[in-house]
Amino acid sequence: MQIDLRTVSITPLRQTFGHLARRMGADKPASRYMEATMDLQPVENFHYRPTWEPQYDIFDATRTKIVMKDWYALKDPRQYYYGTWTLARGRMQETAEGDFDLVDELGLAAAYPDAGKDHALSVFLPLRHVAWASNLNNGYVSAYGYGIAITQAACYASMDQLGVAQYVTRLGMAFNDLDALASAKNAWLNGQEWQALRHWVEDLMVEKDWFALMVAQDFVLDGLLYPLIYDRFNDKLNDTYGPVFSMLTRFQREWFGETAKWMDSILKVAAAESPENKAVLAGWINTFRERAVNALIPIAEIAFGDTAGSELDDAVQQLHARAAKAGIAL
Amino acid sequence: MDMKVAKKLGLKERYTLMTRDLAWDTTYQPMDKVFPQVTFEGIKIHDWDKWEDPFRLTMDAYWKYQAEKERKLYAILDAFNQNNGHLSVTDARYMNVLKLFLGSTPPLELMAARGFSMVGRQMVGAGPRVACQMQAVDEYRHFQTQIHSISNYNKFYNGMDEFAHQQSRMWYLSDGKSFFDDAITAGPFEFMVAIGFAFEYVLTNILFVPFISGAAYNGDMAAMTVGFSAQSDEARHMTLGLECIKFMLEQDPDNLPIVQRWIDKWTWRGTRKLASVGMMMDYMLPKRIMSFKEAWEIYFEQNGAALFTDLARYGITVPKCFSQTIEEKEHVTHQSWIGFYMKPDATPFHTWIPGKEELDWLSEKYPNTFDKYYRPVYEFLDQQEKTGNRFNNKTQPMNCQVCVSTIKFNEPGDPMSTCFRETRYKGEKFHFCSDHCKDIFEHEPEKYVQTYISSHQGLQGNCAPEGVDVNAPDFNPGDHIADYWKLDKRATGDFNGSEDQKNFAAWRDQATKN
Amino acid sequence: MASNAFIAFQKNEETRCIVEAIVEDNPEAIVNEQPAMVKVDVPGRLVIKRATVEEKMGRDFDLQELQLHLITISGHLDETDDEFTLSWNS
Repeated sequence: MQIDLRTVSITPLRQTFGHLARRMGADKPASRYMEATMDLQPVENFHYRPTWEPQYDIFDATRTKIVMKDWYALKDPRQYYYGTWTLARGRMQETAEGDFDLVDELGLAAAYPDAGKDHALSVFLPLRHVAWASNLNNGYVSAYGYGIAITQAACYASMDQLGVAQYVTRLGMAFNDLDALASAKNAWLNGQEWQALRHWVEDLMVEKDWFALMVAQDFVLDGLLYPLIYDRFNDKLNDTYGPVFSMLTRFQREWFGETAKWMDSILKVAAAESPENKAVLAGWINTFRERAVNALIPIAEIAFGDTAGSELDDAVQQLHARAAKAGIAL
Repeated sequence: MDMKVAKKLGLKERYTLMTRDLAWDTTYQPMDKVFPQVTFEGIKIHDWDKWEDPFRLTMDAYWKYQAEKERKLYAILDAFNQNNGHLSVTDARYMNVLKLFLGSTPPLELMAARGFSMVGRQMVGAGPRVACQMQAVDEYRHFQTQIHSISNYNKFYNGMDEFAHQQSRMWYLSDGKSFFDDAITAGPFEFMVAIGFAFEYVLTNILFVPFISGAAYNGDMAAMTVGFSAQSDEARHMTLGLECIKFMLEQDPDNLPIVQRWIDKWTWRGTRKLASVGMMMDYMLPKRIMSFKEAWEIYFEQNGAALFTDLARYGITVPKCFSQTIEEKEHVTHQSWIGFYMKPDATPFHTWIPGKEELDWLSEKYPNTFDKYYRPVYEFLDQQEKTGNRFNNKTQPMNCQVCVSTIKFNEPGDPMSTCFRETRYKGEKFHFCSDHCKDIFEHEPEKYVQTYISSHQGLQGNCAPEGVDVNAPDFNPGDHIADYWKLDKRATGDFNGSEDQKNFAAWRDQATKN
Repeated sequence: MASNAFIAFQKNEETRCIVEAIVEDNPEAIVNEQPAMVKVDVPGRLVIKRATVEEKMGRDFDLQELQLHLITISGHLDETDDEFTLSWNS
């Protein structure tokens, strides 16, 4: 029997799930983001304490100094659940694929001036290890954070950073220079100018407060590094030699522009929650900025030479402006 | 410069460059402080580089393929919903499969997401770490697509709307919760054996493959699409679990007894968890695709045997519970469905006595046990129901201290008596459903004394909704438990006469007449 | 007797070609059709060759595209640019 079900008009018994109706204050349709996120993490009746940290519950709001009445206030303005996230990244990777193919087909890498290439690779390639650290640190937030709103966004950010590390690796491969990747790794491990930065990201790997870690890694460090390198240094290469690196780092630029909106919104909501939160956040940003700036000075010097100081100052100003917009005075 | 160098790289070399070559051993912070959890379980790893990556997906390929899957999946979901696809399922009893599934599965996928995020942070080797992270993000996909596919059903049928509230509170969901709470509170290696190996490799096929084929067979395009789409990730997850076992066993002979004990424990815990899946296959799908017993034979006995024969070279033996599960496959689904039927006021899904043809199907599929033990029970219950004497067990059940199942399964070798075990620890008595659960307790009593048993908690006044004074002299825990669960009365009891049944019939009627 | 390695796919036009390729390259393959899915068992070792799939499809095929259609597998996996192999050692 073939039934034409489209023609049936029936009134639903309810518009959404109970927990969403209570949250919205009315029984009305909820977005897929809401359905995929809100109130889903268990909060009570845990069977056992973690053998690895018995002082905490499996999910425990006291793993950070930040206090929220409702952890689901930390919504993602991009409304990323897995489907929307992966579709957005799918589109970005398609563009990146086209860029890498074009560079390859037109032989743009081979045609790039040697001096420019060496300079660019000496700055970009060690950053694959910084992205790798960020992958691990965002992984910590997704593991031990509280509430699915923040843990899913951190999980996506962690995978994004793995993607960034891999795109930087491909940038090296686009120049068909595996030696450059090896010497960049050597610079990361032993080169004097990279040690302060490596020291800082390794220190972050043992930070226990997940919210502090997120502020240090995603807001402060990435907030300085991405504008400094993927905007300003890239501009400089474009002006001096030509726009090939613009194509090979497009993903990072686009990603940072988008992810910064998420970070800014998280800070704004957390700061608005209480004066205590605001003070904690301001304290963190000040401390972390000092470490991050010190770590980035030698990198900025490789990238910009004499103008390193002013370029870095601009990036710091940009970061301060974002903090101020989030309601955090430094 | 040799322009061909990078292009000549094969998949393996390229993947190595894209993952483990990114990693380094930290020196400003000691490695054991960066990765503090990898030694306390006693597993010895000498060389993390010996890890063999099973699948080698870089993020660009991952995004490409996953985006394509998501695009297809949501297109089908939207079309199914726009066309009132819910009216095309075989019959309204099918909705109860979705209710059971929504309550039990997405919350566990969520725990898997968080658990793999934890292990993906803790593993020292770059290979396993990346694989675990990828599984974590996949698990977000799974619980979200499952919720999205059932969301539209929730608008029309009762009993699905409070799954998020019920996941941590409802008595019959406690077994799954204890399973994942147990795994996530163990160390990273035990978690990998529990979820990566026992659950994903040995058992997940039984949940998904017949369930999804069953959904397809019963006209549920939404669940079928979501289920199959999730399974395409599952193949990656299974190889991760198997690789992890091999890796531990190859790293040090001292790991063997630890891994063997975990395999024994988690295969058993998983088996207990699957009783309700089997019940869904044998009783709740209006059109059945295969019996639980048949699925168990294909996916556990044959496939499990292949696996354990293969692992024998490392000294691994079949899980201790293997023979007991073979005996139990003839019984557990019947005992579970009868158990749920007898508690009509306590679940947000309906139960029913199988019809004549369904009883005959069960007789045919279970020639050794059904007519002998279970058919007479159904005939008796049916007769009672028809004379207005529908069975209703209002007493609090006794639960197993380890798996939290209601103690209802039979004594091995004796289907007519209930298996019951107990032990004393620090002067207190603890109860178990089986020798295997008792063994698990005795190995780690400090962990399992913590188990949250909802019937005990209810009696202690810990399961009252907000605003109820549990210290009032007239407080009776039984009065409030349904409110604590947010249990919709319309969703409970018999399918026959239910609102779901009437609505479905009326809506279908509308579709066939002017 | 060798244990079976197996693979299952969602049924669609692409997997019809993939299954044809498996059958051609694995003479002992047993194909089992189920609602909306198809499962192929091969004793001991199951191999999917990129070249054969390409021939059946009439286009280039990346073995990682299998990700789109997989339902389940059994056996140890080895993946290269040209072959996707599942096997049991025993």
